[in-house]
Amino acid sequence: MASDVSTKGFVDDPTSEVMTVNVGPHHPATHGVLRLVVDLEGEVVRELRPVIGYVHTGIEKSCEDKSYWKVIPFVERMDYVSYFFQMEAFCGAVERLIELEIPPRAKYLRTLFLELNRIHSHLVWLGTTALDLGAISMLWYCFRERDRILDLFEMATGQRMHTRYFQVGGVIEDIPLGFEEKCRSFVEDMPVRVGQYEALLDRNEVFLSRTKGVGIVSRERLLELGVTGPLLRAAGEPWDLRKTFDYLAYPEMDFKIPVGTVGDNYDRYRCRVAEMVESAKIVGQCLDALPEGPFIAEDRKYVLPPRSELPTSMESLIHHFKLVTEGYRVGPGEIYYAIEGPRGELGCFVLADGSSKPARVHFRDSSFVNLQAFRDMAVDSYVADMICSLGMLDPILGGVDR
Amino acid sequence: MPDAPGLELIRQEIERDLPGSVGGTSYEHGCAAMIVDPEQILAVLGWLKETPGQNYGFLSSLHVADYLPAEPRFGVHYELLNFDRRERLRVKAMLADPGEDALPEIDSVTALFPTADAQERESYDFFGIVFRGHPNLTRILLPDDYVGWPQRRDFPVGGEPVTFTYNEHNRG
Repeated sequence: MASDVSTKGFVDDPTSEVMTVNVGPHHPATHGVLRLVVDLEGEVVRELRPVIGYVHTGIEKSCEDKSYWKVIPFVERMDYVSYFFQMEAFCGAVERLIELEIPPRAKYLRTLFLELNRIHSHLVWLGTTALDLGAISMLWYCFRERDRILDLFEMATGQRMHTRYFQVGGVIEDIPLGFEEKCRSFVEDMPVRVGQYEALLDRNEVFLSRTKGVGIVSRERLLELGVTGPLLRAAGEPWDLRKTFDYLAYPEMDFKIPVGTVGDNYDRYRCRVAEMVESAKIVGQCLDALPEGPFIAEDRKYVLPPRSELPTSMESLIHHFKLVTEGYRVGPGEIYYAIEGPRGELGCFVLADGSSKPARVHFRDSSFVNLQAFRDMAVDSYVADMICSLGMLDPILGGVDR
Repeated sequence: MPDAPGLELIRQEIERDLPGSVGGTSYEHGCAAMIVDPEQILAVLGWLKETPGQNYGFLSSLHVADYLPAEPRFGVHYELLNFDRRERLRVKAMLADPGEDALPEIDSVTALFPTADAQERESYDFFGIVFRGHPNLTRILLPDDYVGWPQRRDFPVGGEPVTFTYNEHNRG
């Protein structure tokens, strides 16, 4: 961590205007534990080095010591506002390794929860970023809607965050009675709420002048830097893995990909807000077309038998015992499975060596890669704009540091 | 993904321009992978990026896996993405462990793909793979004074003692 902190740009000359300033790691505007070493000339950022690693907890290493089904709650805790996405990346990768097909109902339920999670993640982003720009009331409005999503999560999974809802083979439980009604009322309300956010921000002179024309990075440069997700789409590249690769129920969904034109912070804001409306549409379609049938695969070698079978079936008891103690074994092989997370491509690499524990789990975290674009966004702008750009970049440091 | 015949076509074309660069191909679980000579990694990735008709111009992920006890044990994975054909291709370079204190080396691809910067540093940090020509190859997530390469398979979980001063004073 520390060697990033060179005093490059600092000249030992009393007449020089360049001053090296440390921002963070503990500052609300850094959206986590991010430290920035900034060379300032007056109020203008001339050079910037992000220093990361403050919340590194070695999750990838710990995963190697856990059987496959125990890895799921671990990986959820990397990017702690998009936990459903981490689960899907890992479970999807393992399902592809063992070539286990998940039932249609599970596909739809997963799609539904992923999109609710996307709205949730964007709401956290909008609330905190608007807060950085002085629009304090946005935080309360966004967290009001976020709470409704968390209520839905709690209703279906028992947990508000880190739900461990996705399993290899499907989902752990069907949605409960009354969930659909509550979810539908949320889906109906969400576009109205987004309209209210827009009414608060889109004609707000302060917000517009803080975001328009600020932090522009060209499409070509973003591609070079490996940036994906809303940041890339805001620069005019309509790249979305939900459309380009076929996974879960997305091929059957009717939704649009919002793209920007200039690639400034205003476009990034517009893209994400429009995505929330599209995600709400997908959630509605999932509810409409939710197929009947099992919510988890039938293969007892990988999936826990239903609880009700345990007192009567010896076979089920044996399977249950084997799955809970040793876990299932996965044949040798490796896979890279990528999905579209709220911040871009979220990839999961799993190397299986034939035992019941993965030999390597690696997450290609979108925040980690996207953070490299921050220098391009912030250099030669004001310190205040740097904070705005950081908010619009939307890094989650739990995901960056893993 | 290029399908299995498509992968062989790519391999043939690379072999024509860069003889001896491809050591093998594999196609499993719908993923195409190509094992290449680590000495020619820059040439192969450059070829895949620049050649018209290939355009694997986006490096979506760079990561390392430790295949211990297999030899050579380290695999550096480059997950390439072709935006036009919507295809992924994994290029793998296998590196042997040179022994006690020496570290395995491979050319850095930061000049071709600037996105590799942080990911190569991460690989160095956890596996001790040296990327030759990287502008700033230092530890990125772990502290600078950290000793060892924790993601290697022979590095035990809990391999470092955790000292709690509270316990030290009260329990001895």
